[in-house]
Amino acid sequence: MELPPKVKNILLLDSEGKRIAAKYYSDDWPTNATKEAFEKSVFTKTQKTNARAEVEVTAMENNIIVYKVAQDLHFFVTGGEEENELVLESVLQGLFDAVNLLLRGNVDKREALDNLDLIFLCFDEIIDGGIVLETDANVIAEKAGINSSDPNAPLSEQTISQALATAREHFKRSLMN
Amino acid sequence: MAQPYVKKDDDHDDELEYSPFMGIEKGAVLQEARVFNDPQVDPRKCSQVITKLLYLLNQGESFTKVEATEVFFSVTKLFQSKDTGLRRMVYLIIKELSPSSDEVIIVTSSLMKDMNSKIDMYRANAIRVLCRIIDGTLLTQIERYLKQAIVDKNPVVSSAALVSGLHLLKTNPEIVKRWSNEVQEGIQSRSALVQFHALALLHQIRQNDRLAVSKLVVSLTRGSVRSPLAQCLLIRYTSQVIRDMSNHGQSGERPFYEFLESCLRHKAEMVILEAARAITELDGVTSRELTPAITVLQLFLSSPRPVLRFAAVRTLNKVAMTHPMAVTNCNIDMESLISDQNRSIATLAITTLLKTGNESSVERLMKQITNFMSDIADEFKIVVVEAIRSLCVKFPLKYRSLMTFLSNILREEGGFEYKRAIVDSIVTIIRDIPDAKESGLLHLCEFIEDCEFTYLSTQILHFLGIEGPNTSDPSKYIRYIYNRVHLENATVRAAAVCTLAKFGFMVESLKPRITVLLKRCIYDSDDEVRDRATLFLSVLGGDGTVDADKDSKEFLFGSLEVPLVNMETSLKNYEPSEEAFDINSVPREVKSLPLAEKKAQGKKPTGLGALQAAPASGFDGYEKLLSAIPEFAAFGKLFKSSPPVELTEAETEYSVNAVKHIFDSHVVFQYNCTNTIPEQLLERVNVVVDASEAEEFSEGDSKALDSLPYDSPGQAFVAFEKPAGVPAVGKFSNTLTFVIKEVDPSTGEAEDEGVEDEYQLEDIEIVAADYMVKVGVSNFRNAWESINEEELVEEYGLGLREGLGESVKAVIDLLGMQPCEGTETIPSNARSHTCLLSGVYIGNVKVLVRAQFGVKSSTELAMKLAVRAEDVSVAEAIHEIVASG
Repeated sequence: MELPPKVKNILLLDSEGKRIAAKYYSDDWPTNATKEAFEKSVFTKTQKTNARAEVEVTAMENNIIVYKVAQDLHFFVTGGEEENELVLESVLQGLFDAVNLLLRGNVDKREALDNLDLIFLCFDEIIDGGIVLETDANVIAEKAGINSSDPNAPLSEQTISQALATAREHFKRSLMN
Repeated sequence: MAQPYVKKDDDHDDELEYSPFMGIEKGAVLQEARVFNDPQVDPRKCSQVITKLLYLLNQGESFTKVEATEVFFSVTKLFQSKDTGLRRMVYLIIKELSPSSDEVIIVTSSLMKDMNSKIDMYRANAIRVLCRIIDGTLLTQIERYLKQAIVDKNPVVSSAALVSGLHLLKTNPEIVKRWSNEVQEGIQSRSALVQFHALALLHQIRQNDRLAVSKLVVSLTRGSVRSPLAQCLLIRYTSQVIRDMSNHGQSGERPFYEFLESCLRHKAEMVILEAARAITELDGVTSRELTPAITVLQLFLSSPRPVLRFAAVRTLNKVAMTHPMAVTNCNIDMESLISDQNRSIATLAITTLLKTGNESSVERLMKQITNFMSDIADEFKIVVVEAIRSLCVKFPLKYRSLMTFLSNILREEGGFEYKRAIVDSIVTIIRDIPDAKESGLLHLCEFIEDCEFTYLSTQILHFLGIEGPNTSDPSKYIRYIYNRVHLENATVRAAAVCTLAKFGFMVESLKPRITVLLKRCIYDSDDEVRDRATLFLSVLGGDGTVDADKDSKEFLFGSLEVPLVNMETSLKNYEPSEEAFDINSVPREVKSLPLAEKKAQGKKPTGLGALQAAPASGFDGYEKLLSAIPEFAAFGKLFKSSPPVELTEAETEYSVNAVKHIFDSHVVFQYNCTNTIPEQLLERVNVVVDASEAEEFSEGDSKALDSLPYDSPGQAFVAFEKPAGVPAVGKFSNTLTFVIKEVDPSTGEAEDEGVEDEYQLEDIEIVAADYMVKVGVSNFRNAWESINEEELVEEYGLGLREGLGESVKAVIDLLGMQPCEGTETIPSNARSHTCLLSGVYIGNVKVLVRAQFGVKSSTELAMKLAVRAEDVSVAEAIHEIVASG
């Protein structure tokens, strides 16, 4: 049994169910055809529900799928049926909020396609090979949205807090000795 | 779905035009990728091209080996650019291209440089990329850096290394295992995510060391794990440890329960849910342990967040299967979920309520479900129908409202699977509740009036033919059946003709009318329908003598005596000739009895299929099998067949198990043999039995198995004669003899020459219990009073063995009788117990036993055995068995 929570895929579909970006971390869907079939059935199943205010959830083919819709964008996160729904929800919420930050509040298809690189980076920062890497939207957005002109700028804040943390650590150690 | 905001509608046409990837084409993008090779790298341009490449890959486009290699090589050139954004994209595309091991060399030096860069983002990502693409030998080279990275002061770097470790553990466990000290340090990290990743990795490293895992859990449950994710993980590990401990027989207070319970008060809902679920899934969870978990889940039920409601109702639904009483407290909250917007939640709520509901709430529940059924998908409806079926079996008195519900939904639109689930449910109800029969059959009749599924129509017609004639007014079904002959396709018409014939045969008063109806079918346009009608007309027109009646009955209601598969093969092999096809030439032995089927016996079959399937094994199956073998046909009626006894160890070359068939004056051993070696064909397979330790038996006929190919089981038989009606006992040693022929695995052909060989099997014993058939009685007291008054009582002293329970079980096994009224289970701390047994002894003598057990001292157990039998000599025999056992 896989004990750490596992995410099977992350999907970003448009209002017709077409794939904008998708990342699969499981062998359950080996070919592009099976992936598309899965996306289609997920979309048809969730299309009629209103997942704009709250994250919604459904079960399908031994999977738990949490999803959220904003404008013409549909976000999905899939996990196995034994998975903790709230873990999946936190991943979805992290993804959604990070995308919202990166697209400066204009969460729609046009903006997403224009900034597809950021979306890909976002996926990459949330999940690594099915394992949750980070769920804090601010951290994700910061890591994905690196400004090309100024390499260290977005990380500077973090480095300062880091430096503080290390200093604290050192201080504590010296006290304990 | 309508566009949610109006602005879009105005420039809808423009929008269609607009997409940065409009008309994108692989060949052109690959051309563009040449920009990577420019001496002066343009980061913006390059990033755009990489995004296009990623887009193509993401849309399911695949690159050929050559294309991928070319892109990969040019991408590596981009490492010379100092642009961070571009570097980030380079990392991403390398992971997506997953270069082969000989190509990886090109980037390793660049990536290793980045791994030691001052920029945190480079370090973290270079580690993730490198670990994704390298193999074991390269890994040893960078191991040092990875260990350093685990304890890096930047949590992002540290997490990257730990997560990579989790992935690498699958391919290079021995290397990753050397990192446990660093990983251990990670658990102390101040960063929540690092702690989570470190915990996951440390556990994976130690997962095969129970003690280490247990220690880890003990130390962490005391301390404070900060991250909710890590806390969830810890809960999972804790339940694993609890499971392992209970497997090792530790009893008393459940360890770690307190920890799980304390997690129910955690501030993160994620952790609360994880803990509640862990508690509900504990082995043998008590209702006291369940209560706090159910309470928090109940709170979740009324949460405004769908995910919480879903999680709670899903968990409670599972609990309801094993502890329905524990969930009843939530029924009111659950009922309000029936109208939940989210249909998954509503369905789960309904099925939970159906499991926990009591008799009085059934009607109200059905009313609520009726409103809800019309707007859910078929797959949900099937779940509901199945829940209703089990509810009906539970509360037979409520069949009326449940049946009405089922018939209503049967009339509505629905797919095949859904309709079949409904029909199956009605059939089950008809079978289990006699009162429901007439109304149920009428509902089915109405359904076939307008049924688009041929399969369901024929199944229902068949069922009508069996059940219909035995109702109070069989004539009312005739109209429905005959309508089919007018209105349906040939398959259904043929089935309807059969059903008509059954009515005509079973109900004398209907015979003339049925004959008239069948005569009309003779002019049907379809051959099969005409043939059947003609055939049945001649059957019905029989002279009415007892003999002819019996034949017709057998013909109409009997089942085919040969397995359908064999029949099919024989018919396929039959070539048209002068000689007519002889059904007796069809082999009756069931080839390759699937194991699942054997296991599935005893389970109550449900639905239509069960009414037709003749048992392929089990007592009836054995009886047919043996009577089909001429040598054994004269042995008379089969008295008992034992369950199969394994005569070989598991996983040996040849696996053999034996069934003991007991006849009045014979015993037949059936050896089920399986050849597990693909390269061998066994021929002339026989079992040589040495009966020197079974004096009363003398060897009779035997039937060898001609050939035993790989993986298709076959049976050999050996018969023994014994004094009639005497429960003779003895021990038999067995040797399997055969001729081995080598098989060429590629062609599957066997060589002509074979080698004789033999294989020693375990012994078989015939014991007294083999002469006893387990036959339960529903009311032991009545049976006890009505049987022969003369009872034989005897007292015995037994050693206390493992405990009272063990001793009782030993006596039951020794006698081979059926425990009645649940008296085979004994309260764990009981000092005395009475066990009621019933059975039929050879010669068809009914036997009842009342065994009273009492603990005399720490080592001694007293048993008072009272036996009543229709024949006193049998009662004596029972005492003899016990005295000698």
